[in-house]
Amino acid sequence: MTSADQHWSFLFGKLSLEALPLHEPIIVATFAAVAVGGAALVGALTYFKLWGYLWHEWFTSVDHKKIGIMYMILGLVMFLRGFADAIMMRIQQAMAFNGSEGYLNAHHYDQIFTAHGVIMIFFVAMPFVTGLMNYVVPLQIGARDVSFPFLNNFSFWMTTAGAMLVMASLFIGEFAQTGWLAYPPLSGLSYSPGVGVDYYIWALQIAGVGTTLSGINLIATIVKLRAPGMTMMKMPVFTWTSLCTNVLIVASFPVLTAVLVLLTLDRYVGTNFFTNDFGGSPMMYVNLIWIWGHPEVYILVLPVFGVFSEVTATFSGKKLFGYSSMVYATVVITILSYVVWLHHFFTMGSGASVNSFFGITTMVISIPTGAKLFNWLFTMYRARIRFDLPMMWTLAFMLTFVIGGMTGVLLAVPPADFVLHNSLFLIAHFHNVIIGGVVFGVFAAINYWWPKAFGFKLEPFWGKVSFWCWVVGFWLAFTPLYAMGLMGVTRRLRVFDDPSLQIWFVIAAIGAGVIAIGIAAMLLQYAVSIIRRDQNRDLTGDPWNARTLEWATSSPPPAYNFAFTPVVHDLDAWTGMKRAGVGRPLEGFRPIHMPKNTGAGVILAGLSTVCGFALIWHVWWLAAVGFAALLITAIAHTFNYRRDFHIPVETVIETEAARTRELALAGAAA
Amino acid sequence: MDTEPAPPPFRKLLLALALLPLTSLLGGCDWVVLNPLGDVARQQADLVVISTWLMLLIIVPVMALTVFFAWKYRAANDAPDYDPEWSHSTQLELVIWSAPLLIIIALGAVTWVGTHLLDPYRTIGRIDQARDVPASAKPLEVQVVALNWKWLFIYPEQQIATVNELVVPVDRPLRFRISSSAVMNSFYAPALAGQIYAMPGMETKLHAVLNKAGQYEGFSANYSGAGFSHMHFALRGVDEANFARWAQDVRKGAGNLDRAAYLNLEKPSEKEPVRHYASVAPDLFDAVVNLCVRPGKMCMSQMMALDARGGMGNAGRWNLAALSYDKFGREEVNTVLPGMLTEADQVFIKAYCADNRPMTAPGMEVKAPVSTATLRGAGLVWPGASPAAAPGTTKFAIATPNSAS
Repeated sequence: MTSADQHWSFLFGKLSLEALPLHEPIIVATFAAVAVGGAALVGALTYFKLWGYLWHEWFTSVDHKKIGIMYMILGLVMFLRGFADAIMMRIQQAMAFNGSEGYLNAHHYDQIFTAHGVIMIFFVAMPFVTGLMNYVVPLQIGARDVSFPFLNNFSFWMTTAGAMLVMASLFIGEFAQTGWLAYPPLSGLSYSPGVGVDYYIWALQIAGVGTTLSGINLIATIVKLRAPGMTMMKMPVFTWTSLCTNVLIVASFPVLTAVLVLLTLDRYVGTNFFTNDFGGSPMMYVNLIWIWGHPEVYILVLPVFGVFSEVTATFSGKKLFGYSSMVYATVVITILSYVVWLHHFFTMGSGASVNSFFGITTMVISIPTGAKLFNWLFTMYRARIRFDLPMMWTLAFMLTFVIGGMTGVLLAVPPADFVLHNSLFLIAHFHNVIIGGVVFGVFAAINYWWPKAFGFKLEPFWGKVSFWCWVVGFWLAFTPLYAMGLMGVTRRLRVFDDPSLQIWFVIAAIGAGVIAIGIAAMLLQYAVSIIRRDQNRDLTGDPWNARTLEWATSSPPPAYNFAFTPVVHDLDAWTGMKRAGVGRPLEGFRPIHMPKNTGAGVILAGLSTVCGFALIWHVWWLAAVGFAALLITAIAHTFNYRRDFHIPVETVIETEAARTRELALAGAAA
Repeated sequence: MDTEPAPPPFRKLLLALALLPLTSLLGGCDWVVLNPLGDVARQQADLVVISTWLMLLIIVPVMALTVFFAWKYRAANDAPDYDPEWSHSTQLELVIWSAPLLIIIALGAVTWVGTHLLDPYRTIGRIDQARDVPASAKPLEVQVVALNWKWLFIYPEQQIATVNELVVPVDRPLRFRISSSAVMNSFYAPALAGQIYAMPGMETKLHAVLNKAGQYEGFSANYSGAGFSHMHFALRGVDEANFARWAQDVRKGAGNLDRAAYLNLEKPSEKEPVRHYASVAPDLFDAVVNLCVRPGKMCMSQMMALDARGGMGNAGRWNLAALSYDKFGREEVNTVLPGMLTEADQVFIKAYCADNRPMTAPGMEVKAPVSTATLRGAGLVWPGASPAAAPGTTKFAIATPNSAS
């Protein structure tokens, strides 16, 4: 090694010009498009002088509503990336027959399916459900904000920092080629010597800080900040499912953190936790990652179960059937989700008794889940159902999810799993529950709460186009996968020998194309609705004649949510108020104590990104500097005593008067 | 909307036309998971079907009710029994919790029994539905090693080995011992039996039997890196005579899979052609499992034996070079860290690993039940059967690990 090389490697670690994937035309083209789009965006923001607005009103905001919206935007952006990966896989698999290698080499293809899984779970589904909980929970329980508003902002930016590292891996270096859970020994240094797995590790670790802190925050919020009168058994179901989800987050994410730390030590320090050498046990990794991984599934799906409960009750114009059994079912699922993890690897050679134990516990989960489904079903019984978009998504969910649940229970029978494990049947199964459950639920939620967040309803036309494309596209894309699983086709294959399979992959690719149209229609729905917002204004704050507290305030709610903390008497608090004719308080307003915005979250997350990037590329000096800066900033932030302010009473009076005028206008219109 | 049902013949034609592309699509496919040719896989397929039917008992009514309620109680219908306060019914709650519970109890019972009977570690109890395994039958042992990215099959009895081709006699119980050289794979031949992971430094087992001669496919069902897509092998079922002849031919052929040849074969490669070896180093598989094929390496079993005796304390640091397998890079580029293998290492290895022979623990073997007849009801005589016609009711023994020895 020459001394110039040594200087280079001290300054830049493993980073060099070779790290830029210039030999991959697809990535170069993507980079060009992203660069042009990014430059246009930056130019536009600068031209319209929006940087200050974004910084003061959004990036530094500690308002749970704005943070919730930012989470949803993050989820949407990453969803487009994750879906692009999906389309690329579908095209590759539809092409690579009869000796054709398709258009992706193994290095690229293996990164794509890894990135698709990682992005869709960690940076799409997680931000979506966290965003929903952030936005809705404080409003539903009549609180001003979450318990720790700054922490909330920090959590969001840490999640974003993780997402940025994953995106950076597309253009600088590579992403992991290991599958989304990075099983060792494949993810160990011997078999993945590149930076891909390091990107994976540090992106998840940094985002994981955000997720764990946000879980703690929401638990504290739900436990401590409920409006007077809202006992646990009067909490809205969405708040209940959020509580259980966050308990799951707090109890399971540390396991993920720990297992990734062990993998990091193996890769960076030369320990032997998961190596083949010196008594390391990759099987331990598989166990640990699924001890996090299975609860993660319920972390994603429980909040949307809450969404469906709210939507079904509202659009049926009826109380939710079996509230108590819904709550108990949620709690039972929460507990049981910790004793099923081994069903992800029946094929690793555990004894029959261990396998059947975990198989049967898995099946037992379907009992409370089934009870939930029946509860929604009987909420529709003797109802007057309005088929607005949220309800349409709910019905699509009920009909889709039961199939996914059924194939899931089937896979929980160990001998059946031996023949279907890792097959395309499994892929179809978990997309069936994640798309049919989580994604449909998030779309129901977006259509349901959009008017609350922005003060106008979404246009139904493009929403319905999107709905039908999604439902039809989903079945077109995944029925062939179920079928091929029964033909013994396994997952993550890049090329195929058997030409009779091609037709199935072509159908699946067409399905993905139909879903793409659905996504385009959805984006169009948002755009059209924003342009025509004046025609769809919601002046009442309660456009769906809904039942829970978030609909008691204006749309969008004022920064302080409620001028006076509401008092809760009924399970469906807002329905009860409407029935009892409880009027809004119109006088006696007082200044409202609020937390102040701060840039500390953005700065800390930015430094974490730098630190993570330096660790990925072994730029040790930068990692040290970044980490020191991180500590100093965090400590300095604790000396910032100007953290709160009062909204002056005049502002409150003015805001509430405007609301009174709006309500009068709405009353006159009605 | 046209509610008039179409006349039957016309409707039949319509249906046939609608299904035509579907049937031609389905007809050309090999539903091997549902129609396998090995008895184990057949029983596993049966379980798939039975479980599905059991669950459909509840899934279909739920889906039908969902559609029916959504239609009947649509707002436009103005259903007269609208009741916004109706939200509880103890009877209904009982039904909605107990109906899934009953299904799960049934499915759980099927699962418990099925999982034990089809445990891959359990020896084969029957050739197929009609034939038990004769008492004299000796299972054919095949040692399977997943290499990057090809499959190595060692036949210890015949002392031959093959790459990417697994030839087995039909109707003879097969006993696979499975391991891997580098990363996790999964050994899966859908026609034969369900899969099980192949892991480095570990040994898994699979018992199976193939019932029909023919050409089938096997592959790795767990992603293992860049060459994964090509990690297939041909599974060929032949009758006993042909199997003996084939083994004879291979033995007469060329190729000797000694340790050096194995280390060469182990290097990552893709799309390897079928290869045969006329002879195999006798303890090769055990050495693979113990990560000590390369001369000069200490076997894991030896390390564990040392550790069991309290380890070597400070002196154990000399083990490092002799023990490292792929930690400092892939096995094939890691030649025991040249320069680090000192005199002291040599002495140490010589002292403690005189013949450097791997030891294999006896491992767990679960015996097949003598008869499955008792599973119909713990030792009870089947209704209508004379006591003599229920063989095995007294022979049934709960298998325990190592009960054979």
